[in-house]
Amino acid sequence: MPSVAENSAAGALDVRADFPIFSRGPSERPLVYLDSGATSQKPAAVIDAQAEHLRRHNANVHRGVYALAQEADAAYDGARTRVASFTGADPRTTIFTKNATEAINLVAYAWGRANVGPGDAVLITQMEHHANLVPWQVLCRERGASLRYLEVDARGELSLAALDAELERGDVRLVAFAHVSNVLGTINPVAEIAARVRSAGAVSLIDGAQAVPQLPVDVQRIGADFYAWTGHKALGPTGIGVLHGRAELLERMEPFLTGGDMIASVDFLETTWNELPYKFEAGTPPIAEAVGLGTAVEYLGALGMERVRAHERSLTAYMLERLAEIPGLRVVGPPEADARGGLASFTIEGMHPHDIAELADRAGVCIRAGHHCAQPLMRCLGVGATARASVGVYNDRSDIDALVDALQAGREVFGL
Amino acid sequence: MDDLYRDYILDHYKRPRNFGELEPHDLEALEHNPLCGDELGVHIRVSDDRIEEIRFHGHGCAISQASASIASEELKGMTLQEVGELDADWMIDLLGIPVSATRRKCALLNLKVVRGAVTGDHDWPT
Repeated sequence: MPSVAENSAAGALDVRADFPIFSRGPSERPLVYLDSGATSQKPAAVIDAQAEHLRRHNANVHRGVYALAQEADAAYDGARTRVASFTGADPRTTIFTKNATEAINLVAYAWGRANVGPGDAVLITQMEHHANLVPWQVLCRERGASLRYLEVDARGELSLAALDAELERGDVRLVAFAHVSNVLGTINPVAEIAARVRSAGAVSLIDGAQAVPQLPVDVQRIGADFYAWTGHKALGPTGIGVLHGRAELLERMEPFLTGGDMIASVDFLETTWNELPYKFEAGTPPIAEAVGLGTAVEYLGALGMERVRAHERSLTAYMLERLAEIPGLRVVGPPEADARGGLASFTIEGMHPHDIAELADRAGVCIRAGHHCAQPLMRCLGVGATARASVGVYNDRSDIDALVDALQAGREVFGL
Repeated sequence: MDDLYRDYILDHYKRPRNFGELEPHDLEALEHNPLCGDELGVHIRVSDDRIEEIRFHGHGCAISQASASIASEELKGMTLQEVGELDADWMIDLLGIPVSATRRKCALLNLKVVRGAVTGDHDWPT
């Protein structure tokens, strides 16, 4: 498990050696990876656990009577138990999906088609990723419902008063919102929002894709009806996501995808559904990926999510401080590290974000540029695109220094 | 000197030729680069089947803005048939810099817009 050690900055993690990609060998360029908001790097423990599963325990799940198949069952269901315990959820209501997008679509189809109709409204926010926006647009168009947006204020935050006003209109069936914004970094007051949504008789869905990798998340304590996240941003593999749901809702819902493994019995014309969570896991699931994710959350759990948050908060504070040295650079979102997750999206006067990212890459600095799958938010911010640097457990202050040097060098190329 | 951001590229980016609106105009089109959300539009005035005046408008990166600016100087005076026959290589050669696969659409956006306005073909130039 992680080789936890203190380094120069108080409370900082020192785990880079656990991540093989940072020792790719001298022939490769040095890697300053500041794009964990897009996907995280993987510790050797995760890579090895997946490989070990495929080498020694591979069989299909929930069907075989032989010993190897039982090993695969134990690995898959064991991973579910670890994942559920990491986020304070019940394994029975913890559903494995392909990614966070599929988890949200599951709710939009299986819950939304049955519970949202003409005259109803779905409320989302201006800071949503397309994954938590397009499924609701499609649902509302199909069902003749209206899609409304909570505004993002000048600080990049939501207003609870505006939420109350929306809920008072009485037509809101579902409120979907990000836990942590992938562009602004804003940490939303998810428990307060979920409580207000609940007392208004509506259902809440939280997009936790950015939150689970960097904050202590307890879905019971948050009180969300649905909480979706993805494995690959949380040190796990691609191809696996998670949906936590409230048991009463999941039990009443019809399946999303249908086929093998999600059935209790199939007759020529009628089928009865399997129990939770299998009702929502049609077909052979991502078994090795689940094993990898189980190991990833074990790794994060051993680090301690409070420490992970402290590490990334401190790095973010340092990043905001250093970025402020660059003339013409504007960071969007809350100005304090306490109010935001481990990322900074910014623009530089006179340079397009694509050019910023291209020039940062000259120094081996990986940052993202574009609309970050949040085009409506970009319009609210009055920009076409931003550059975004996001940190992970393996980053340290030298990465931020490399970013700042690369940005300064980039400005020189542009004659700024 | 940077391979990509050469002086003439940055010069066209900072002082783009033939940018703005053109009123009245005979042809127009507006396209987006889905990768980054950048937007580029064109107004074209036609005389005797040739591009008499051309103006681009919108926002984008140095590569897309410089490409539009450089192309605009070549497009003026071309017949509509000649414009319809322009391909990706024409634009990349004209630009004269090594364009990576990820930046190719930045460089080709202007040609896509112009061909869209002239021929109604809205596919990416190949």
